[in-house]
Amino acid sequence: MAGGAPSLMDSLFQRSLDDIIRGLRLCPPGSDSSSAFISRSLDEIRREIKSTDPQMKATALSKLTYLHSLHAADDMSWAAFHSVELSSSAAHSHKRIAFLSASLSFDPSTTDVILLLTHQLRKDLSSPNVHDVSLALSTLSSICNPDLARDLTPDLFTLLTTTKLFVRKKAIAAVLRVFEQYPDAVRVCFKRIVENLESDVDIEILSAVVGLFCELTVKEPRSYLPLAPQFYKILVDCRNNWVLIKVVKIFAKLAPLEPRLGKRVVEPICEHMGRTGAKSFAFECVRTIVTSLSEYDSAVKLAVGKIREFLLDDDPNLKYLGLQALAIVAHEKNMWAVLENKELVVKALSDVDVNIKLEALRLVMSMVSEDNVMEICRILITHALKSDPEFCDEILGFILLTCARNVYDVVFDFDWYVSFLGEMARIPHCQRGREIEIQLVDIGMRVKDARAQLVNVARELVIDPALFGNPFIHPVLAAAAWISGEYIELSRNPFELMEALLQPRTSLLTPSVRGVYIQSAFKVLSFCLYSYLKLNRGDASSYPSALTTDETVASEPLSDTELDNQDMVITHGMMPHNFTRESIMGLVNLVEINLGPLAGSNEVEIQERASNVLGLIKLIKPKIILGCLDQSEGEKIKGEAKASTEIITLIFDALSEELGPVSLNSQERVAIPDGLVLKENLDDLEAICGDIKLPLSTSFSLVKHQLMDGTRISECQSHKEEESEPSTESMSLLAEHRKRHGLYYLGGSENKEMVISNDYPPAHDPQGKAIDEAGDLVKQLTEQSLVLKKKPNQVKPRPVVVKLDDGEGLSAAAKTPEFKADLISGAVQDVLLSNETTSSTSRSKSSKKKEMDNLPESKNNIIEADTSTLSFPGSGRRKQHTHGKERKHQSSVKNKEERDHKDKQKSKHKSRQRADGALAAQSPVIPDFLL
Amino acid sequence: MGIRFVLMVNKQGQTRLAQYYEYLNLEERRALEGEIVRKCLARTEQQCSFVEHRNYKVVYRRYASLFFLVGVDNEENELAILEFIHLLVETMDRHFGNVCELDIMFHLEKAHFMLEEMVMNGCVVETSKTNILSPIQLMEKAS
Repeated sequence: MAGGAPSLMDSLFQRSLDDIIRGLRLCPPGSDSSSAFISRSLDEIRREIKSTDPQMKATALSKLTYLHSLHAADDMSWAAFHSVELSSSAAHSHKRIAFLSASLSFDPSTTDVILLLTHQLRKDLSSPNVHDVSLALSTLSSICNPDLARDLTPDLFTLLTTTKLFVRKKAIAAVLRVFEQYPDAVRVCFKRIVENLESDVDIEILSAVVGLFCELTVKEPRSYLPLAPQFYKILVDCRNNWVLIKVVKIFAKLAPLEPRLGKRVVEPICEHMGRTGAKSFAFECVRTIVTSLSEYDSAVKLAVGKIREFLLDDDPNLKYLGLQALAIVAHEKNMWAVLENKELVVKALSDVDVNIKLEALRLVMSMVSEDNVMEICRILITHALKSDPEFCDEILGFILLTCARNVYDVVFDFDWYVSFLGEMARIPHCQRGREIEIQLVDIGMRVKDARAQLVNVARELVIDPALFGNPFIHPVLAAAAWISGEYIELSRNPFELMEALLQPRTSLLTPSVRGVYIQSAFKVLSFCLYSYLKLNRGDASSYPSALTTDETVASEPLSDTELDNQDMVITHGMMPHNFTRESIMGLVNLVEINLGPLAGSNEVEIQERASNVLGLIKLIKPKIILGCLDQSEGEKIKGEAKASTEIITLIFDALSEELGPVSLNSQERVAIPDGLVLKENLDDLEAICGDIKLPLSTSFSLVKHQLMDGTRISECQSHKEEESEPSTESMSLLAEHRKRHGLYYLGGSENKEMVISNDYPPAHDPQGKAIDEAGDLVKQLTEQSLVLKKKPNQVKPRPVVVKLDDGEGLSAAAKTPEFKADLISGAVQDVLLSNETTSSTSRSKSSKKKEMDNLPESKNNIIEADTSTLSFPGSGRRKQHTHGKERKHQSSVKNKEERDHKDKQKSKHKSRQRADGALAAQSPVIPDFLL
Repeated sequence: MGIRFVLMVNKQGQTRLAQYYEYLNLEERRALEGEIVRKCLARTEQQCSFVEHRNYKVVYRRYASLFFLVGVDNEENELAILEFIHLLVETMDRHFGNVCELDIMFHLEKAHFMLEEMVMNGCVVETSKTNILSPIQLMEKAS
């Protein structure tokens, strides 16, 4: 029976929609009984919907729609065709059910039966029954796809002038979706829509048409500037708040494009704001003034006064919106407005509503400057400590974000900020460990002067065993461990740090963080060994600056720090006392005992790093025991001692070498060496080498010739011969393979390939000249690209913050959204352009002209200026214009000019402006059409 | 598009009416409604009626056991939407006489019908209660 056509019995006893609803109410939602009920109902529906009786079908469809729209039924796409079928029913109620189900369930981009509705919709759009038309319009606007839009544009066009307001209003509203799906419809319909913009039309129509323009303007305001006079008239004349809100919104978009427009509208908008009783409209005026008319001080003052009223109101909605508006004011650099309302904003920080608190927080953060950052952070932290965990976390997030903005622009005292970060990490609800981690490490690398304090903060964090319990703080600990290791030479007590890094509770850390701990322990160990070594060599007094005289390259940054910072010299002066043979032995043993077991760890990161450390210990420990790292006497031991000293020195150098940041575009600044041809087309080589059957090695040398200048050829050739000999065999094999399977090789690639494989210097050649050069270059570049940021007029100079000149971080955001002239606005511009230039007989034209003449001088300027802006290349569709159209355009421009000549006698000034406008419009248009 | 969706949800978080003005598939709808309802229902009377969610602003209002939630885009005027919600409720009130959750459950089609008269393509097109209700009354008379 299931699946077959329903019998008479079925139709007699069909359950109604009400039965289904009642049945659903009887079963608790989500229970087994309810899902059983639903699946049983769906089975019935599947059967009933196939009925030939429209009543039965309609009931089935309405039941299905009900279940679907309340998400009880998963999928009703299988019933799409039944909706289409029922839509042709003669009964309006059936039609309604069918179209409702279509608009609730059809996906315009994938439901393919939509096309089957085209005919029915067209029929309904031209029906004499307004309710059919209205239904069809609503359906069209919810399921519209490009095909439907294209096919029904003519019908919609007719409806735009119908005398039945009920229908015309809906047609206007439906047009928006049609435009979006099929921009060419703009060319057909736009003029008629503009005709509906006259302020004397019925208020319902006006509401719809202004709503439509409001949506269009948001997307691309510039196209609608020519309609400003009409909008202005509505702004002044209309008394309906719904319409006024939309018009003010439109001006918020238009005013920034045309300063004279702002001057015109600021007065009426202020008037409305003062007069209206409707809070919604008043707020829209406020928003428009503070966003788009912020250069009119008196208006902004009025608006801020209104905002204060909102803030003082008991209604949380007004308070929220007031804060939002204030944030816009602050954004537009009118800080006084925020300061004036400071106490209200701070009070809002402890509001009952988290949304209001958040807005207040945003606002507070927007007030931050380098003078008040410490004070504000202090206030916020006390707030954070007493608020709920969620908001506390928000506060911390905002502080971190604000302070780090523009590479710590607002932070002046880094010692304070670093300690503050440490403090934040200890707040119980802090979940921003990751951000704090990044900033700690970042500051360490960027701000040399902050490192001493940073090491102190890191020490506090690392030695506190209580912190291991909170997993959110683990990233911070990782940063602290890294800092302790990296800047160990600034530490007062490396032994204490080592103990902290190896403490048993580190087993609570995640493997990656623990890896950082072990690596830091490695750094500390090598530093201690090295210091010990230096000390016992007899030149303890000059430690560690002495390194700079011995090992020139590596420790240069170190000595800088030394000289810069008096404190540190003192610290180091104290240090040598600690490095006795016993203490070093103790240290080595400590490390060995703690890391020994980890060499068998399951985690590769931990295992490998532990093994590294243990390897070093294995190498060094016997020497310390023998005492050969001290002033050693015996010749034989001396040799060994020298070897291990070298090892330690090498390791220490490698670890303490500081890599400066490199600017993103430094590669561009590398000068191309003489004789290096990068742009040469290598395709020619193919032809040359093609003749010479052999050898790839020959082709190789050809390339060489190009690359090298005369003096170096011989040198490099001899070098090459040595090198290439062993590989000739494999090369000939390769060549053979190539010959046989030539098909699979990309043409022309071989030459380049050879260059790559042979020309590059070996990667790890210590004597490699190239590397040295490159190294120097990198160093130079790093130095060049550092921009030292200094702020004058401060008691204590702000420490240097290393910043790359090309605004890092910006690079991603810097891609300004390219102006993408969308198709609608392109078409609109076309239509308006022809509106302006064609002296057609259309009613709108003449009435508009009249209006424009009525407007004062400045207004006219706007219009004329607009025509010129209109002609910028909009959409590619222009190309489709035929020559006939072009001619029409030219003639229309000519007509206009003639008219202008007549005008000239009346008002010279005016006509000159017009002619200018016409010319401006003309000149860019013509080349465009010639495309 | 100003209004992106209109939802009516009861105190238990069950959707009683859902009208979207842009296409979302069923999973997206369910997820969106779940998140928004969870956010809004947790709020108290003393808190403001606006919630930001994903790229929507949600304006909501509670009438007895029913929440009316309207998702709008960022350009929309929140207070006007509150007025719209109130208008919708008043219109239903006039039609059903002291409207309650059951009325909407059993007359879902009519509720959609009223919305259809008021909003098209996400724009409010009709704000007169009489005008909104006249087609429905005509239809009722006919049947």
